[in-house]
Amino acid sequence: MGKTESPLQKSGLKSMVEQFGLPRLIIAGFLLLLFIMAPIVGADLPTQISNTINRFSWNAVLVLAMVPMVHSGCGLNFGLPLGIISGLLGATITLDLGVHGLPSFFVAVLIATPFAIVLGGGYGWLLNKIKGGEMMVATYVGFSSVSFMCMMWLMLPYSNPKMVWGLSGKGLRTTISLEGYYDKALAKIAQINIGNVSIPTGTLVFFALLALLVWAFLHTKTGTAMTAVGSNPAFARASGINIDKMRILSVVMSTWLAAVGILVYEQGFGFIQLYMGPFSMALPAVSAILIGGASVNKASIANVIIGTFLFQGMVTMTPTVMNSMIHMDMSEVIRVIVSQGMILYALTRKTEGAK
Amino acid sequence: MNGKKTLGGKALELGKQYSVPIMFILICAVCIPLSGFSLSYLANEIVARMGRNCFLILCLLFPIMAGMGLNFAMTLGAMGGEIALILVADMQIWGIPGVVLAMIISIPISALLGWLCGSILNRARGREMITGYILNFFVGQGLYLMVVLYMMGPIIPIRHASIKLPRGYGIRNTVSLLNMRQCLDNLLAINIGGVKIPVLSFLIIAVLCLFIMWFRRTKLGQDMRAVGQDMQVARDAGIKVEQTRIISIVMSTVFAGFGMIIYLQNIGNMPTYTAHSQIGMFCIAALLVGGASVDKASIGNVFLGVILFHTMFIVAPSAGAVITGDSMVGEYFRVFVSYGVITLALVMYEMKKRSMKSLAGQQLALAQKEEEQQ
Repeated sequence: MGKTESPLQKSGLKSMVEQFGLPRLIIAGFLLLLFIMAPIVGADLPTQISNTINRFSWNAVLVLAMVPMVHSGCGLNFGLPLGIISGLLGATITLDLGVHGLPSFFVAVLIATPFAIVLGGGYGWLLNKIKGGEMMVATYVGFSSVSFMCMMWLMLPYSNPKMVWGLSGKGLRTTISLEGYYDKALAKIAQINIGNVSIPTGTLVFFALLALLVWAFLHTKTGTAMTAVGSNPAFARASGINIDKMRILSVVMSTWLAAVGILVYEQGFGFIQLYMGPFSMALPAVSAILIGGASVNKASIANVIIGTFLFQGMVTMTPTVMNSMIHMDMSEVIRVIVSQGMILYALTRKTEGAK
Repeated sequence: MNGKKTLGGKALELGKQYSVPIMFILICAVCIPLSGFSLSYLANEIVARMGRNCFLILCLLFPIMAGMGLNFAMTLGAMGGEIALILVADMQIWGIPGVVLAMIISIPISALLGWLCGSILNRARGREMITGYILNFFVGQGLYLMVVLYMMGPIIPIRHASIKLPRGYGIRNTVSLLNMRQCLDNLLAINIGGVKIPVLSFLIIAVLCLFIMWFRRTKLGQDMRAVGQDMQVARDAGIKVEQTRIISIVMSTVFAGFGMIIYLQNIGNMPTYTAHSQIGMFCIAALLVGGASVDKASIGNVFLGVILFHTMFIVAPSAGAVITGDSMVGEYFRVFVSYGVITLALVMYEMKKRSMKSLAGQQLALAQKEEEQQ
């Protein structure tokens, strides 16, 4: 009690730090330091900023895919690979159909949608059976589906010669180039180039559109009901909300967003990565949204934007700055320690129950 | 509702309980003839793998006893064992003395990591498994790399050039343990009908089994089980819950360190940066294949699991090649099965936990109703 009566300035600062979260403050400070150090150690700052923005545009939708499930109380979506697989199915089928250019991106989204709805529905049904233990099961659902699809990529009858192994004529390659398909399809729309900085306007607008949709949805009646399910299930049930239905809806949304997210990622990156590719994609997205200020049961669009920017900024800046500073590439280790440390911090926080 | 159980019901329940092992026996029964391996080759391989893996899997039993679920963070202990092996390899002490020295050096490292893990898990109650899983990444790809790749050389002196990277710091991608290779396995080994049996390794495993059996009966073992059953009741009974949980994790990691040293001396070389990355997953999958669940596991599960899981592991690639004409399908199939088994076990455990909770709720409601009627 005594603490609240301490001088206003001090308590103001303290509450600000508390609200922003100490780990977040450290990471933001670290990134700021990197930006300041970059010109001093001789790294090209505009290129760095351009890289950060580009990587932000690739990854933001994948991070956005966390939001609906966190809102409905299903926890962090460690099952992201399931959505990614729907996206990959959409992508590979589109390539096999022979659609080219910008339309191929939207065709891929269209084809991925039914897969995302079916897989997400099943996944949501499973998560309803195991309320309370979602995160661990989600992780392993993701893993088993990825390893199951490894077999499928080999056995499904794809025929596009750009995708299958040259010698045997069957079985998809591990990485497939998207040149001629939707490589940079969104990024090229109204791209802004100033010196070394290039801004992928199309991708950013596409993300903004999706983010706006999610934000608007969360403010509709259904969206509010979903939030209620996450923050207070007993209250939600009392007000006549069908909890299981809400949770399935949120999982389907998350899965679909993940499917679109991987397509956006691919169009930026320029390649489709199959087999074990989706395996390690969940953890960076999870830590990004946590760095942005989300917790296990609370996340907003702002968290997504801040988190993706901080995380991707760190990922792009650390190698170059560290390399030119101490000639020792410790960036990978730092990235792992920061991102996994953030997840650990979120999982061990005691104030979890309170909204 | 829960009256007498008929014989058929009992059989069904038994089948439900052992559904995973039965499924694996079926998979193995189909795959063994298809793979075309001779029985003596299979027997040799399985015995070798039992000697290699059993110790590692047994260390999973302690956290299960304390109700902390599958210890995905057992890799922390494995890393302790690896660091100890690097140090011993640098001292150029080989053979049995090298193995024993590595085990001794691994104890403080594993114990420290185990204590760290236990204290973090105590703060993440009810989420132990996912936290342990993330912790395994945090330490495995973060701290371990930092120590082995950057600190070994400048801070921790490494003298021997054969294990150091040419750049002057950090450890090479593989550390050769050739002079230590199978020194435990070959001592006292006997040959029965072409099958080499590493008696000493089995003796060590037997000692650990006896230790576990004895440990279950000690005060600490009983405390652990009490904590596993109900933390609140255990605390009311005067058991130091947090401390007991930390001890169970520390024991698990220390034994995992030993297990990793036994495992690596059998293999004969150490992939410095990848040796531990899969070990936790395979150990857990093997234990679950043996019929264990998240909250209940016995020594029998360990042995059954090792035999079934590794039989599947050996025969799957060649059986897959016969069935689909592509050996990679079999490779992916065994990975899929490992993950699938863990997923299945986790889902079954969570469902059981929920139905128990609702059952308890129903009983409470029933009791209240009866009270009202009286």
